[in-house]
Amino acid sequence: MLPSRVRRGAPGSYARGKTAAGAVANVGMTVAAYARPVTRPPEDSEAWVAALGGPPAVREPALAELHGLLLRGARFELARRRASLPHLPADELDDLAHQAADDALAAILAKLGTFRRASRFTTWAYKFVLLEAGVKARRRAWQGREVPLDDGDWAVARDQRPSAQRVVEGGEALRALGVAVRESLTPHQRRVFRALALDGVPIDVLAERMGTTRGALYKTLHDARRKLRARLAAEGHLDEAPTMGGAT
Amino acid sequence: MSPDRPDRELLARLLGPAGPEIGCDECFELIDEYVDLELAGEDADARLPGMRAHLEGCPACREEHESLRALASDT
Repeated sequence: MLPSRVRRGAPGSYARGKTAAGAVANVGMTVAAYARPVTRPPEDSEAWVAALGGPPAVREPALAELHGLLLRGARFELARRRASLPHLPADELDDLAHQAADDALAAILAKLGTFRRASRFTTWAYKFVLLEAGVKARRRAWQGREVPLDDGDWAVARDQRPSAQRVVEGGEALRALGVAVRESLTPHQRRVFRALALDGVPIDVLAERMGTTRGALYKTLHDARRKLRARLAAEGHLDEAPTMGGAT
Repeated sequence: MSPDRPDRELLARLLGPAGPEIGCDECFELIDEYVDLELAGEDADARLPGMRAHLEGCPACREEHESLRALASDT
């Protein structure tokens, strides 16, 4: 059975005709409100795939339906992150939701052939818009904020970052960690570990600033953590034996 | 010498998961399957090993997992 509801409006203009009042009302909703669907499309993954790859008369309503679903997901995610974007006006926040839904729809259509049917289609589709909305929100929240990318004196006592300061002022194991960071990591690993683990820079923000990918950065962080864990275990600061598990 | 509890918690956060884990790219590939397995009451961790450890070590993927689970549980 195909998605039953057809959004009215010109094909391709998916829900772009919002009003300012509508936008304000949208972002004023709570996370719980977005988690509760207004309408429920039939959950039939094969129908979604067939409709999205079908002739225009079938495809266009399915695209509009999917865009509506994605927009709901984007608004849900941005409502969750509203506290990290206190200065963003409501209409801009809703515009961010539309951008995320548009970008997610494009990504989904480009990857429709890779849908493995290992999950419901809607769950598969939601992950694209949550990624888009999350990345956009994190980058917007860090817009204009400096991200220290040096690998130098990261844990000096004057440093006010809570984690770094606690490493300096903490017990023996934390001081050993500080030494291990200086002595065991490469400059690149030190830079990435400092930004992600100590400074709490979102990985998407760091990837954008360093011109790399989230996957590559996490691999670097993982390798750094493995080195540090092995050294601290060898020195008797950890209970467990060092592990050699890998992040792919 | 084992660290004190506050130090141990900070160490755990800084050092990430001890066990084998997948990366961010594989996490994105599998997260929808993982969530639907969870919602179906299946043993998602046994079916997709390394996912749980990655979610513990990667805040961005963890947040996306939480949101996807919330949305998917209501559709």
